[in-house]
Amino acid sequence: MATTTAPATESHLSPEEVQRLAKPQRSSKAVIGMVAAYAGMALIVLYCIIPFYWMIVSSLRLPTMGRSTAFWPSPASIANYKGVFAGQNNFGRSLINSLIVSGTTTVLTLLFGIVAAYALARLQFKGKSAVLWVIMACSMFPLIILIPPLLKMFSSTEPFTWFPYWINTYQAVIVPGLSFGLPLAVWNLTAFFKQLPVELEQAAMVDGCTPGVAFRKVILPLAAPGVFTTAIIVFIGSWNEFLVALTFLQAADKQTATVAISKFTGTTGFDTPYGSIMAAGVIVTVPLLIAVLLFQRRIVAGLTAGGVK
Amino acid sequence: MATATAQPQSISTVGNDGHKHKKNALSDGQGRLAWILLAPTLIVIIVVAGIPVLLSIRESFFTANAGVDPNTGMVASGESFSGLGNFSAIFSGMDNVGGNFGTMGRFWNAFLNTTGFTLICVVLETILGVAMALIMSKAFRGRGIVRAGILVPWAIPTIVSALMWKLIFDEAGVMNRILGQQILWLADSGAGFLAVIIADVWKTAPFIGLLTLAGLQTIPGEVYEAAKVDGASAIQQFVRITLPMVKPTLVVAVLFRTLDTLRMFDLPYGMIGPGKYHVETLSIFAYQEATQQRYGPAAAYAIILFIYVLLIAFIFVKLLGADVIGDGAPKKSKKKKSEGIDPDGEKSAIAAISTMGGAH
Repeated sequence: MATTTAPATESHLSPEEVQRLAKPQRSSKAVIGMVAAYAGMALIVLYCIIPFYWMIVSSLRLPTMGRSTAFWPSPASIANYKGVFAGQNNFGRSLINSLIVSGTTTVLTLLFGIVAAYALARLQFKGKSAVLWVIMACSMFPLIILIPPLLKMFSSTEPFTWFPYWINTYQAVIVPGLSFGLPLAVWNLTAFFKQLPVELEQAAMVDGCTPGVAFRKVILPLAAPGVFTTAIIVFIGSWNEFLVALTFLQAADKQTATVAISKFTGTTGFDTPYGSIMAAGVIVTVPLLIAVLLFQRRIVAGLTAGGVK
Repeated sequence: MATATAQPQSISTVGNDGHKHKKNALSDGQGRLAWILLAPTLIVIIVVAGIPVLLSIRESFFTANAGVDPNTGMVASGESFSGLGNFSAIFSGMDNVGGNFGTMGRFWNAFLNTTGFTLICVVLETILGVAMALIMSKAFRGRGIVRAGILVPWAIPTIVSALMWKLIFDEAGVMNRILGQQILWLADSGAGFLAVIIADVWKTAPFIGLLTLAGLQTIPGEVYEAAKVDGASAIQQFVRITLPMVKPTLVVAVLFRTLDTLRMFDLPYGMIGPGKYHVETLSIFAYQEATQQRYGPAAAYAIILFIYVLLIAFIFVKLLGADVIGDGAPKKSKKKKSEGIDPDGEKSAIAAISTMGGAH
């Protein structure tokens, strides 16, 4: 190991030697630790990826070979992907439904969340920690508690006969969706706004901006990455939501993608159509994965690192 | 546009000398502006969460009328007040089912399943997650790849991952092939319970790892150097330095995971199916009752779950000092702010990504 040799003691060092000396010295113990750490990291990645690999492999088999345990699809086929969009599954429609529901939830959540987060991050007022607790409690309570009263209400049964019939409508999923999207958004955005130095707005106001303009022209552009990250996170949460959608969206043409997948039936009847379920699962997951992989640095590091870059 | 509401209504006042003095909205009269800005969010929360919770509490005291109305001879409809009937029915022993913990009322079976899932999953996830974080903190390069890998289980919708594990655990599936066994994982049995735990740990242990890593990275390296100089062993360093310093992050992460697992629904529902007593959680039980129009009992079970969740959250906050809303240490924050790091922001960020754990 070259790095463990004793450093030369001559007064005149060649540039190569200077470079070599400038490198951190590593003992063999540290090298072993390093190798172990990388082996561990490889294990972590395999742990995370292998089940997903199995989903992809299973989706690429022939539809008749759904339960095959071969580690490689042979012959490989995209028949499952074609089958997913076949008539009775309504899968294409459900993807559009998911987009509408998640998109609307995300936009509404951001509209409300941005202003609330700005107040929580910047303004001093009485009752702030009460507000924080209310918002936090809202993200803690079990979603199931909304189901009995909302199911009665949305299906216009007594004593809610005055309420419009909302079963199989998008708003029946979007409105409860706000209850978990909003706390998440407010929390995320508050963290982002807090990381921006308050001097930025003060400078803008010295230059004659009103607080509103300072917010719009200075803070919002700087917080754009945070807003964007929040949008992705809320969108993913809403896209993956199952319980509320399962309860309120019963008609085949109104179901979101997650509900549609859970109700897939095979063309032959009793057998679970694993091939097309896996193909649909891949289709639903891949856009999210691309977004997550592209913005993983933002999603994780951006949230926790702190400070303005 | 939402920003329009950010315009305070009266920021300029006319002073005694006749000149206009602009108030600094960053320091003066912030209360009113703050409430204006918070109003939309608070109203939405009251409408979509507060009112339904109150309705649920009301609902839990009612039972649907059954049988034939003696006066009209019609099948009875509507519901009547039954006091604590829905709650006391839990103890009646009328609906005994056989689960992992013997034969007992269906509610208690679901309650114990929920508790069992939560205890086992959270303990396993925490151990695995901390181990992952320690490994990741040792490596200089390749963190990006690991982080990307770790986000894969998180990004897959829970119901999709339930179906994915259903295929893996199929009787003729790859898990049995690797184990060389013929275990009926998807049956209503203890094996099903175990399968759900494996799937849940797979999905969320990496996430705890990610959060813990964020906590680890805030520990300054000098602390470890000082410990080394004092001759501390690796185990001593871990127990005396790493764990105490990562505790605030870890407690918040574990709290959110616990609350998330307590309301587990998608995974047992998708993998094993509804009405399977070995994996039936309180959420699934309440859902089934609600969809069979037994709203009263459904609401009662949901409320008990809610109280259970509140109790756990309270214990975490009071006993373990989980700084959930990130306002716990105002004195320290001043010191740190001079270094350009806002610990409040950081803490609430950790709470924020904790809530991303995802619903089950």
